[in-house]
Amino acid sequence: MTAHHPSDHLLRRYSSGDDDIPADELWAVESHLETCAPCRARLAPEPIAEAVWAGLSPLLDRTPQMPRARAWRRLHGWVSPAAGPWLAMILLVIAAAVALDRTGFAVGDRVSLVLLVAPVLPVLGVAASWGRSLDPAWELTAATPRAGLPLVFRRTAAVLAVVVPGLVVASLLTGTGFARWLLPCLAFTVGTLALGTLIGVTRAAVVLLVAWAVAIVAPTIAFSRTAVALGPDAAPGWIALLGASLVVLVARRMAFTRLEANR
Amino acid sequence: MQAIQADNLVVRVGGRKGRDAVNGLSLGLGRGVHGLLGPNGAGKTTLIRTLATVQSPTSGTLSLLGTPAGGRLKPVRRRLGYLPQHFGYYKRFKVREFVEYLAWLKEMPPALIPKAVREALERVGLSDRAEDRMKSLSGGMVRRVGIAQAIVNEPELLLLDEPTVGLDPAQRLRFRELVVELGREACVLISTHLVEDVAAACTDVVLVNEGSLVFQGSPADLATAGTASHVGDSPIERGYSALISAKSAGGAW
Repeated sequence: MTAHHPSDHLLRRYSSGDDDIPADELWAVESHLETCAPCRARLAPEPIAEAVWAGLSPLLDRTPQMPRARAWRRLHGWVSPAAGPWLAMILLVIAAAVALDRTGFAVGDRVSLVLLVAPVLPVLGVAASWGRSLDPAWELTAATPRAGLPLVFRRTAAVLAVVVPGLVVASLLTGTGFARWLLPCLAFTVGTLALGTLIGVTRAAVVLLVAWAVAIVAPTIAFSRTAVALGPDAAPGWIALLGASLVVLVARRMAFTRLEANR
Repeated sequence: MQAIQADNLVVRVGGRKGRDAVNGLSLGLGRGVHGLLGPNGAGKTTLIRTLATVQSPTSGTLSLLGTPAGGRLKPVRRRLGYLPQHFGYYKRFKVREFVEYLAWLKEMPPALIPKAVREALERVGLSDRAEDRMKSLSGGMVRRVGIAQAIVNEPELLLLDEPTVGLDPAQRLRFRELVVELGREACVLISTHLVEDVAAACTDVVLVNEGSLVFQGSPADLATAGTASHVGDSPIERGYSALISAKSAGGAW
């Protein structure tokens, strides 16, 4: 550490536990000894300390330092710290939809509930990841260099990493085709972000949830028929929506570095 | 180099039907501690947000730390510390974890984060609470965590919006010492409505009203603007009311 090794006299006083060493000198000796093996060797040999150290040092080399902190940081590099409870709620909703489906409950023309909730689930998670209504540290986050589309994508990917496997299991259990829910689910996710760059993510989430309820869910229940949007023919429409949303999102990506996408 | 250089800055808030919260403001600030004073609704928060680059200016030019604040914001933001007026935090995080998370968001090299966090918490006197949950802290301590996260990356430009709210008198004194210390190396801008904070800690006063600059100078200069006939308990308060009431006469408050 430093080139100045403590004098023999000072070391002797230190090892004998001399109370008269000034505090700053004491600290200097102590911190020097921590890093300087030759000076430790100059201390009067202490058999017990030597034995303990000999037993301890190979262990210290193998013990990972603060592994939990590292795992924790890696987790929050992806998942928004505000999203946890919402992700749990999303899984609960999926489970409830599957349970209802298994008991024979379906709306309209035998449309599974899983299909009806699939597009709105990620929207909730996205709203929890970015925006002032659900993320308390929204203004702090928006002012950091990491704020922007890459961070938004990471947090969205974390939401999808929970929603999509959940829905895969749900569709296997209920026998719903993957294509029928996956495209609406992705289109709504990216759509929330794209609309969010224009009016704020929270507002975008509310608009899309209401639009889904009014345009798809209500007619399905009221007229007892499967909406075209849920049918297999709707795939090109969903792909077009997904593509358009991606274009808007990339064009307006700078909105995520400002407060405007937080409304 | 000026840390903040704003020319004829206009910031419109509240959409199309909004108002110009900052209205043709020109300002140059360098190293030191600058107090941003003004009545409620004068545009202090909007100005600080604009300087923190989270609000885009409607017109005018702004350069921060020698770089125009329009294009790539990342390099400037890495050198910036910001405490918003409403300091939101994650209740379940430990104090250390929260400041570490903010350090990560500020793109600090991971190897430097633990040491920087330790030092920042030491400077605000929260080392002994580092492993406590955020929700267990008192209001004043939360505010100090806010200050710790703002200084964790050793910013060259430090923007603090109402940092002394919720601090008790002893903490306010300690805060002023800290700010004076930080002001030796960086440009520190503190928005406040407590005139005595400015008198005690600031080398320079910036007075805004209705979105425009009313006065910029030393606290002593501000004091000379007031006469015995103006409202206030100290010379600086009298100087403040002289300059503000001359601008907006007739307001009941």
